[in-house]
Amino acid sequence: MLNDSSTIGKEPVIKCESVYKIFGNNAAKLLANASGPISAEEFQKAGCIIGVNNASFEINKGEMLVVMGLSGSGKSTLLRCISRLTDPTSGNIFIDGKNLLEMNSKQLIELRRNKMGMVFQSFALLPHKTVLENIAFPLIIKGLPTDESITKAMEMVELVGLKGRENYFPRELSGGQQQRVGIARSLAVEPDIWFLDEPFSALDPLIRKEMQDEFLRLQDSLHKTIMFVTHDFDEALRLADRIAIMKDGIIEQLDTPDNIVLNPATEYVKKFTEDVPREKVLKIESIMDKYNQSLAGNNTVSKDAIIETVAESILESKENLTVIDSKKNNEPVGILQPSKVIKVLFGK
Amino acid sequence: MFEDIKKSRQKQFLFLFFIFLILYFFVPKNEASYFWRLPPLLKDIPLIFNTLLDNLMFNWFTVPVWDPDWQMYEDKTLFRIITRSISNSVLFFIIFIREIFLGGYQTVSSILGDGITKTFSWLYIPALPWTAVVIGAAIIGYKLEGIRLAIIAGIGFLYVSVFGQWEPSMQTLSLVLFTAPVCFILGLSLGIWGYLSKRVEATLQPILNVAQTMPHFSYLVPIVVLFGVGDHAGSIATIIFATPPMVRLTILGLKKISPEVIESGLMSGCNKFQLLFRVLIPTARRDILIGVNQVIMQCLAMTTIAAFIGAKGLGFNLKVALNSLKIGKAAEIGICVVIIAVVLDKLSLAWANKQKDYFANLGFYQRNRLSIFFIFFTIICSIVAFFASYYFPEGFNYLYLIPFNKGLTVSPILDAFVDWIWNTFFYYLNTFNIFLLTNVLGPMKQAYLNMPVISTFLLFMGAGYIIGGIRSCLIVGSLILFIALSEYWDRALITLYMATFAVSVSAISGIIVGSLCSQNNFASKSILSLCDFFQTFPSFIYLIPVILLFGITDTSVMIAAIVYASVPATRYTVEGLRSVPPSLHDAGSMSGVSKMQRWRLIDLPLALPHIMLGINQTVIFALMMIVLGALIGTEDLGQLIMGSLSRPNGAGIGFTLGIFISFICLAVDNLIRTWSNERKKLLGIE
Repeated sequence: MLNDSSTIGKEPVIKCESVYKIFGNNAAKLLANASGPISAEEFQKAGCIIGVNNASFEINKGEMLVVMGLSGSGKSTLLRCISRLTDPTSGNIFIDGKNLLEMNSKQLIELRRNKMGMVFQSFALLPHKTVLENIAFPLIIKGLPTDESITKAMEMVELVGLKGRENYFPRELSGGQQQRVGIARSLAVEPDIWFLDEPFSALDPLIRKEMQDEFLRLQDSLHKTIMFVTHDFDEALRLADRIAIMKDGIIEQLDTPDNIVLNPATEYVKKFTEDVPREKVLKIESIMDKYNQSLAGNNTVSKDAIIETVAESILESKENLTVIDSKKNNEPVGILQPSKVIKVLFGK
Repeated sequence: MFEDIKKSRQKQFLFLFFIFLILYFFVPKNEASYFWRLPPLLKDIPLIFNTLLDNLMFNWFTVPVWDPDWQMYEDKTLFRIITRSISNSVLFFIIFIREIFLGGYQTVSSILGDGITKTFSWLYIPALPWTAVVIGAAIIGYKLEGIRLAIIAGIGFLYVSVFGQWEPSMQTLSLVLFTAPVCFILGLSLGIWGYLSKRVEATLQPILNVAQTMPHFSYLVPIVVLFGVGDHAGSIATIIFATPPMVRLTILGLKKISPEVIESGLMSGCNKFQLLFRVLIPTARRDILIGVNQVIMQCLAMTTIAAFIGAKGLGFNLKVALNSLKIGKAAEIGICVVIIAVVLDKLSLAWANKQKDYFANLGFYQRNRLSIFFIFFTIICSIVAFFASYYFPEGFNYLYLIPFNKGLTVSPILDAFVDWIWNTFFYYLNTFNIFLLTNVLGPMKQAYLNMPVISTFLLFMGAGYIIGGIRSCLIVGSLILFIALSEYWDRALITLYMATFAVSVSAISGIIVGSLCSQNNFASKSILSLCDFFQTFPSFIYLIPVILLFGITDTSVMIAAIVYASVPATRYTVEGLRSVPPSLHDAGSMSGVSKMQRWRLIDLPLALPHIMLGINQTVIFALMMIVLGALIGTEDLGQLIMGSLSRPNGAGIGFTLGIFISFICLAVDNLIRTWSNERKKLLGIE
C-alpha cells in the first residue's frame, strides 16, 4: 500500500533549497561567507548552535517522508522551518511552488488554515475545551459557522474512533486517546500537507504499535503529503516511503528504507542499520535473480512483498518461485531461489 | 592559607566575619569619619519628591476651567483635574456597590442631581436583606465547590451579621468588590503586555520587586497628597498595592504554557488576537485565577490598613478600638476580618481549581438554576423583611439589617478574659517582657547602633561577592549605599536589628516545627493548612492578641513579627523536606542511617535551597510586620513612616522610607536567591 508508488505524484509539494537554521548572533554573518555545509567546529568557534545545516530535498504529492534522528539532531527544527513556526536563517522553501519565506503573516495564516495540519508530541490539546471543541477549533478559527464546524468535527471524531467520548475533556483521556484527538484536529481542515512531530513517542509501546497501524490505515485512504518526525528507526522503517536520517543538523542520507538498510551512506547511518532484521525491510525485488523461463517454478510471489511476510510460504515450496509484478498484470519479472531467503534470514 | 580560603566557602565567610569584627571594634566613633557614618548626601530626596508633587498638584500645566458657581474661569492644574476626576469616578462605583448591600440615596442623586431624591423620597437603592446576602454567599460556595463551601460561606456571613458587624463588613466588602476587579483587569493587561514584549517585562520586573516589598504605609502618604482622604483614596492605594501579584502571576502563567500548545494554536491558523484570547489565556486560566485569589487577599489586607487614610469599614473600627484599648471589641472585629478573609480565600481558590463544566446539552433552567434560586430567595427574604418591620415596630428590623453594635457581642467576655490574663499572668508576662527588653533586645540594639558603616558594607558586599561574584556585590552595595547616604541610617539599623532578631527566631522555630511535621503525612498536611490559614488574614490582625498579652511594647511587635514570619519558614521547610525523593530515603535506610542522620545528611542539604527561599519570605514578612508595628509604637523606620502620615510634607519622607525598606528586602532577596538558584543547579533540582 505505502510502497505502491503509483499514487505518488511527480510534482514536489514541498521543496527545500539549502535551508539553514542557526541559533546565535553571528549566524547571518557566518552564512553570508559560506556555501555548502559548514562544519560543526566552525559554528562552535562563532558561538552558534546548529539547528539545520544545509538541508535540500523535495517531498512529492502523496509521499511520506520520515525524518529520523536522535534528540538534538535538528529534525524538529527542520519540521518547524517548513511549517514556519521558526524562520530559517537562510535558504528557500517552496510549498506548491510558492515561496513560503516571502509570505506575510496574513498569507501564512491563510496557508495554515487551509493547507497544513500538525500533530504534536505532547498532544498540545487545549485543556479547557472538550474533545469535540478541540477538533472543531481550527474550523472555528477559520471562521466556519459553529454548527457546520461541529458536524465536521463529529465526522473526524468517528474517523479516529473516539465516538461516544466527544464531550470528554482531554484530562479524562488516556495518552493514546489524546493523540487521536490531536490527529483528528490536524485533519479537520482537510489539509494537503500533514506534519507529525514525534506523534507516538510519548505513548507506551503497545499503544504505539496500535496507533501506527491506525495511522497507516488513515493514510491509505487520505493520501496526504506527509512529513513525519521520529527518533525511532523501526517506526521510520515501518511507515516511510523515504527516510531522511539527520545528525547535527545535516541530512546524512535520504533514501527509501531498503536502500538505507542495504547501502548505508555513512558510518553513522550504518550504526542504525546494523541491527535491523533485513527481512523486515527488504522486498523480494532486492534478492531476486533475472527472469529465466527454464528455472521458473509454479508458485509466484509479488516483487513488492516484504520478505518477512512471505518467507514461510517460500521456504515451504522448496523449488524456485516466479516473481511477478502485481501492477503490470502479474507479468513475471524474475525468479527467486529459497536459499537466498535463508541467507537473508540467517546469514550475516 | 589563601589557597584554602579560595576553595572553601565556609572559610571565606569566617574570614569575612573576622575582618568585620576587626573593623567593628577598631573604627573610632567619630561623626566626621566616613568610616563611621556616611554624610547624608541624599537627604534632599524627600524634599525633591515633595516639590515635584506640589508642583504637579498646584503649579504645572494650568488650564482654565469654567466654574458654574462663580460664573467665571478659574485656573486649575491639569494633574489636579485628572486626580480629582479619578477620585470622583472611583467614589461613585464604591458607593454604588455599597448601596446594594446597605441601601442609600447617593447613587441616584449623583446621577440625577440632588433635588430629585428630595422630591421623590422613594427614589433610592434599597439594601439587600442580610438574609439574602447570606444565602447568596452560600449559593456561590455551592456553585464553586459544593455543599461544604456553601456551609462555610453561609455561616461566615451569618456570624458577621449576627454579631453586629454587618455595616462595616459590607463597607469593607464593597471596597474589595470594587478594587479586586480593577486590579484584575489592570494586572492582566500589564501581565499580557509584559509577556508579549521583552522590553516591557524588563521594565516591569524591578518596579514589581520594589512594589511588592514596600510596606503598606508608604503608599498611603503620596496617595493622600494626590487624592485626598476617604474611601476613594483607600481604594486607589489598594489598587496600587494589590496589582503587582496579578501582573507577576499572569506573566508566570503565560510563560508556563508549553510551546507546543502555542504552536498548535498557530498551526490551527490563529491570528494574534485569537491566539491570545482563545489559546493563551484559557490555557493559563488556573494561574491567572490564583492571581485573582492573591489580588482579593491583598485588597482585603490593604483596605483594612487604608482605614488610616479614611477608608470606612472594619479596618476603621479596628483602628478606633485599638486606639482606645478596647481589646475585646478589637478582637471581635478582628475575628470578622479573619472570617471574611477565609471565606473570600476559599471561594476564590475554589474558583481557580474548578474545572470547566460541560453545558452543551443543558437547558436554560439547568444552566441558570442557581441564579434563579438566588432571585427566588431574595424575593422571599425581602417579603419576610417587609413583614418583620411590623413585628419590630420600634427601631430596628433585625431581619433586614442588623445595625452596628446592636447584634450579639462577646466583647465583655473577651474583656473579662483579658483582665483575667493580666491579673493572673501579669507578673510572668512582665518579667519575660522586661528580661527580653533589657537582656536581649536592648544590648542587641546598642550593638547594631555601634556598627560602623564601613563594617556593615563589608559584611553585605562581602557576602554578595562570595555568593554571587562581583555582580551581586555591586547590586547589594548600591542598594545599601542609597540608605547610608540618607539621614535615616540609624533608624534603618534599628529596623535591621529588629528584623535580624525576628527572622532568626522565626527561621529556627519554622525549621524545627517544619522538620518535625514533615516526618508524618497527616502532620504535614495539617501544618500546611494551618500555614494557609495564618497567611489568609491581614497582617494587621496579628497585633491584636500580642497587645492583649504584652501591652504596647517592642516585645509585642517582635512577637507578632515572629509569629507572622514563622509561617513561610515552616511552610517552605515542610515543602522542601517532603519533596526529597523517597528513593533517597530508601538508599539512606539501606546504608543504615538513623532518623537524625537522615535529616542532617540527606534531607536538609537537599531541601536547603527551597528552605532558604522560605527564609527570604520570612525576611520580607518580618520587615512588613515590624513597620506595621509602628502602629503601636516602635522607634524604627516604621515609626517615621507612620509619623509622616500626619505631617503636611510627609509624602516624600514616607515614600523614601518605604523605598529603603524595599531596598533592604531586595538586598537580602538578591543574596538568598542567587545562592539558592546556584545550589539548586548544583544539586540538579529543577
